[in-house]
Amino acid sequence: MSAETSETTAPAPPAGRPPTRSAIRRRGLPPVLRHLGWALVAFLAVVGLTLLTDPFTNLRIATIGYYLIAIAGLALLTGFNGQVSLGHGAFMFIGAYTVALLVLHVPGLPFWVDLLLATVAGAVAGLLAGAAAARLHGPYLAGATLALAVGLPAVTQRFPDLLGGSNGLSFTVHSEPAALIGVVPTTRWQAWVIWATVLLAMVILVNLSRGRLGRSLRAVRDDEVAASLAGIHVGRTKILAFIVSSACAGLAGGLQAFLLGTAAPGSFTVALSLSLLAALVLGGLGSLWGAFWAAIAFVYFQAWAEDAADAVNLPVNVANNLPLALYGTVLIVVILVFPGGIHGVFSRLRAAVRSSRSSSSDRSEGVS
Amino acid sequence: MRVHRGVRGWAVAVAGILVLSACSGAGEAPSGGGGDQAPDTAPGVTDDTVVIGSHQPLTGPAAPGYSKISVAARAMYQYINDNGGINGRRIEYRVEDDAYNPTKTVEVVKKLVLEDQVFAIVGGLGTPTHSKVLDYLNQEGVPDLLVSSGALMWDQPRKYPMTFGYQVDYLREGKIQGNFIKENFAGKKIGLFFQGDDVGRDTQAGLDKYIKDQVVSRQAYDPANTDVTPQLLALKSSGVEVVVCECIPAFMALTLLTAAKIGFRPQFVASSIGSDPATLTGLLENFAKSSGATVSAQQLLTGFIGVGYLPRAGLLDDPWTKFFKQVHDKYIPNEAFTDTLIFGMAQAYTFAQALKAAGRDLGRRKLVETLETTQLKGPALVPFAYSKDSHAGYSGAYLVRNNGDGTATIVEEPVVTDREGGAVEPADTDRVDPDQTGLLSG
Repeated sequence: MSAETSETTAPAPPAGRPPTRSAIRRRGLPPVLRHLGWALVAFLAVVGLTLLTDPFTNLRIATIGYYLIAIAGLALLTGFNGQVSLGHGAFMFIGAYTVALLVLHVPGLPFWVDLLLATVAGAVAGLLAGAAAARLHGPYLAGATLALAVGLPAVTQRFPDLLGGSNGLSFTVHSEPAALIGVVPTTRWQAWVIWATVLLAMVILVNLSRGRLGRSLRAVRDDEVAASLAGIHVGRTKILAFIVSSACAGLAGGLQAFLLGTAAPGSFTVALSLSLLAALVLGGLGSLWGAFWAAIAFVYFQAWAEDAADAVNLPVNVANNLPLALYGTVLIVVILVFPGGIHGVFSRLRAAVRSSRSSSSDRSEGVS
Repeated sequence: MRVHRGVRGWAVAVAGILVLSACSGAGEAPSGGGGDQAPDTAPGVTDDTVVIGSHQPLTGPAAPGYSKISVAARAMYQYINDNGGINGRRIEYRVEDDAYNPTKTVEVVKKLVLEDQVFAIVGGLGTPTHSKVLDYLNQEGVPDLLVSSGALMWDQPRKYPMTFGYQVDYLREGKIQGNFIKENFAGKKIGLFFQGDDVGRDTQAGLDKYIKDQVVSRQAYDPANTDVTPQLLALKSSGVEVVVCECIPAFMALTLLTAAKIGFRPQFVASSIGSDPATLTGLLENFAKSSGATVSAQQLLTGFIGVGYLPRAGLLDDPWTKFFKQVHDKYIPNEAFTDTLIFGMAQAYTFAQALKAAGRDLGRRKLVETLETTQLKGPALVPFAYSKDSHAGYSGAYLVRNNGDGTATIVEEPVVTDREGGAVEPADTDRVDPDQTGLLSG
């Protein structure tokens, strides 16, 4: 994650040309390794955090993990490529049911194979959705993806014996090595697994978004005609964005199933898809850091609002609806005051700090 | 090349760690480690309090009708606490809203168990929701009592020793309805209208033991689709004279409204989950208002037959109804006094009785054993089926006809039956009055 910060401030190589040899030498390590290094640091930080907090907070940390990868995937699609998806809950649904069915019917597979297959299932669904989406623009695309979010969970009604109907499926995912059972609380172990997986996926995402694909995505977003004149295959790029994004959502759904041991249509409503997008806007659209803030806001904002509502002893009807109302208000305020979202606030602050520093010394390294 | 080798190295290392960390399959339970010998524990219990929790749909699709259950339960706990508590302890009741969303149910139940450290989960509501925490609660050894759902899965004492049902299960209820219809509506054409999940499946299994040859049409609804006109038209065109409805309150109300709209006037027989006339009246008025029509809920509900196992708000002479009304008037006078409120109060009262029977020296396993071995006599008109081999809730029910003026008449006295092929038999009518249970006497 932190790799992102240093990246955004480092001199970006001109689009379309690989970074120069001198740039590589100056940074010391190739980006993949650097990002993996940062991911390791982030993972150790998460492990430290889980050791300091109680099992329930560990569960919340794990929850932030899977929402992070879902929202990061959405950031790639919507923020980088400009395709709006109102149906990402549907891809999470696919991931969750993939894990559920594998755990129930192929119990011999280790959990990480299940997660891998959930990612693949998400990617395949993304290929199909993306092939249709590449022909659609703006509201039509939003409508098509919304239809997916509305319609797909109803599949469970069609196949009640396999998918459990509206009750869904419940199961337990056994992942903890025997040696750790009783030593490490289950939720802590789950948080570690989820964050290790999510950080690995984030490394891949960061590298994709910084590389050729990322530049193509942005080029297509900004001007499709110009992009195709520059030799970028517009349709293919859009489909690719959908595949990567829905693979992330599939992984997120799989991780949710892994964590909570449930897959039920009631969990993947249209409201989920819409709030993922709303959270991304709140966090900041144009950056993967935005997804990070979005995931934290997504999980903690509601929890805090509920606690606050309980604390001031409001009537039940008000208290129950307060979190959503507050969330909406904050979203509106953020969009009006800080169009760049939470990440926009941070990067503006950082830019302010840097410019004051660079005016005092001429050894400004990265600001162009 | 350097980059590629680096990547491969990392990939191999990470894969290695992952493989090592998961030698066994994700769906296979690790062997060994039977924890039955561990000493009995009592988290959430102090010298003067017992903390319990519940998950309820306070918002979301199931909130209309069901959000008042926890309000009523809280009033009852308040009443008990104000009268000295149970065995010298106050009951602290924590309710978490799961919005009827299974993912949220798992989260809030883990919150209750891990963060709030509740002693037990009491009256968790809903089949799709509660089924997702069944494994967890039993693994953690948390008593999971009086589940608010008639599904059969709560009654598996071997697999889920901590879980106890509460409502009469859908299969028993189906048998009782079937038996009643066979006796009272012989030769009439029956239509079934049911929720397309285990509610519908299990109730039909019970009904079919009695009236299979009388049923001329079976229609299912999906809770996500609020238009039930096609199903009701199908029932009407089959010439159905009696419609048996296995519906949640919102869909029972929709059914009554839609039937009136298409001029279809069969005898309705509803299951217990959708037969609270006061809740239905509220819903009918609401739905009618939002569609701009005016209906007389009273007229629609006159003659409507429902199933019950608890005393009803309409049975004013019942000593328990009087008792609940007193608690209602004192603690929640602004809520309408409905069967749903009675459900919540009776559930809370029953838990308090179990707690009392378990004694001052509390433990989770002790509470569960107490429920298996004690015959709790409380508000209901039928006994619990609890024993070492059965964790099913109430073992029977009675049928009641609404008179349209807020009162009700019992049309079939309380009967009991089993989950198998056993007959429907009159229930043991040996009830106790609220002041005879000894719950609050020290």
